[in-house]
Amino acid sequence: MVPPDLRYTKEHEWVRVDGDVATVGITDHAAGQLGDIVFVELPEPGRALVQFAAFGVIESVKAVSDLFAPLSGEVVEANAALATRPELVNADPYGEGWMVKVRVADLGQLDALLDPAGYEALAAEA
Amino acid sequence: MKEPSVPLATPLLERHRALGARIVEFAGWLMPVQYAGIMDEHRAVRERAGLFDLCHMGELFVEGPEAGAALARALVTDPPALAVGRAHYSMICAPDGGIIDDLIVYRPAEDRFLVVANASNAAAVSDELASRIHGFRAVLDDRALATALVAVQGPASAAILEPLTTVDLAALRYYAIAEGEVAGIPALVARTGYTGEDGFEVFVETGQAGALWDALHEAGRPHGLVPVGLGARDTLRLEAGMPLYGNELDRATTPFDAGLGRVVALERDTDFVGRAALVAAREAGPRRMLVGLVVRGRGIARHGYAVYAGERRSGVVTSGTMSPTLGLPIAMASVAPADAAPGTILEVEIREARAAAEVVPLPFYRRPR
Repeated sequence: MVPPDLRYTKEHEWVRVDGDVATVGITDHAAGQLGDIVFVELPEPGRALVQFAAFGVIESVKAVSDLFAPLSGEVVEANAALATRPELVNADPYGEGWMVKVRVADLGQLDALLDPAGYEALAAEA
Repeated sequence: MKEPSVPLATPLLERHRALGARIVEFAGWLMPVQYAGIMDEHRAVRERAGLFDLCHMGELFVEGPEAGAALARALVTDPPALAVGRAHYSMICAPDGGIIDDLIVYRPAEDRFLVVANASNAAAVSDELASRIHGFRAVLDDRALATALVAVQGPASAAILEPLTTVDLAALRYYAIAEGEVAGIPALVARTGYTGEDGFEVFVETGQAGALWDALHEAGRPHGLVPVGLGARDTLRLEAGMPLYGNELDRATTPFDAGLGRVVALERDTDFVGRAALVAAREAGPRRMLVGLVVRGRGIARHGYAVYAGERRSGVVTSGTMSPTLGLPIAMASVAPADAAPGTILEVEIREARAAAEVVPLPFYRRPR
């Protein structure tokens, strides 16, 4: 089961909201599908993210995939640990494998995301 | 409209599923791309041993009193020069010198040769060889579907295989082949591989594939043997600087373009298919060169990415990945000969940005002797 306190995109990103700062990563299911993660390309602080637009790239041994923003906002921090330890995404996708923290402009955008049950159903089909 | 064909199942497919493998379609076959994960499988082969299902490869036997002569005409190498029990790397080229496939040719007996082709080209090679040996006292026996191939690769390979086989492994040198039994199953055992490690490729009748796999898997357990899929097969061969047909080699590439000119046996008198074009290619000098690259900037160079020397487009990445052994992004690239000297700093275009990459000699990895 995916963490109950998060919200999810159809592209397998998760978001945890704390006040007006949202932390973003990819789900365990996505990390498993990708396989061993070897490279993550993240935006610099100050970059503007647009909900559902691509904001970065994640690479496994075999494949290159885009990362899609669950919410619009300004990047306040990118996880520097992933530059040297991209495998954290596989090892701890909801914790140490977090990718960016974003200052969110409109929390109403959460309504457009999947709840845990909705994401579970999606992941089961895949 | 041509009907899409149903992929072939390797005889070991159910075992792969039971081991939790991710199955993909590759060259018309359902094959395991990974089990535990590409990184783990890659490291297992470098440190201990891996077990590979290679049932998709093509096995073509050419037999008869003129089998050697027929192959000498059909291929760019000189198989009659092989001693019995030896093998060599070869290629089959078109009349224009373009590579149809790269191959290993084994000589298990005086008048019996085994040509192993890539799965993606097996049918084309079979047709082409059949046509080229016409008129020689030789027959082609395409045993691709009748033959199963399982490989054990890694430093523990000999220790794993030795108790199971009647073949004297201590006497079996690299690029040698011998007939015997493995786990009581009649087999050809070759000391060849696609990983850069010591290892063995074992050919048995398809019906015995399961028994062979089970015996090797069990014998390998105390040595830390793990099943290894196509994903790690690719990262292993890339570290070892070995070309992959479809990436480094294709119909538009001559052996000279791919840095494999030394494989072409031009000193012999025999006229072989592609000879004139290859002589001309050698005389003209290299049009491009295959080099190793280590990305010194940030990012992973991958197949199809452009390579630049300053502002000038130099070539293209043919294969690339994050090297599990080196912990760095490595690649093979086809570049202008002027840019091919080791130490040259080029740039690889990775998603609109350019990352510095240093030309290095191949291979990236050599096993400790």
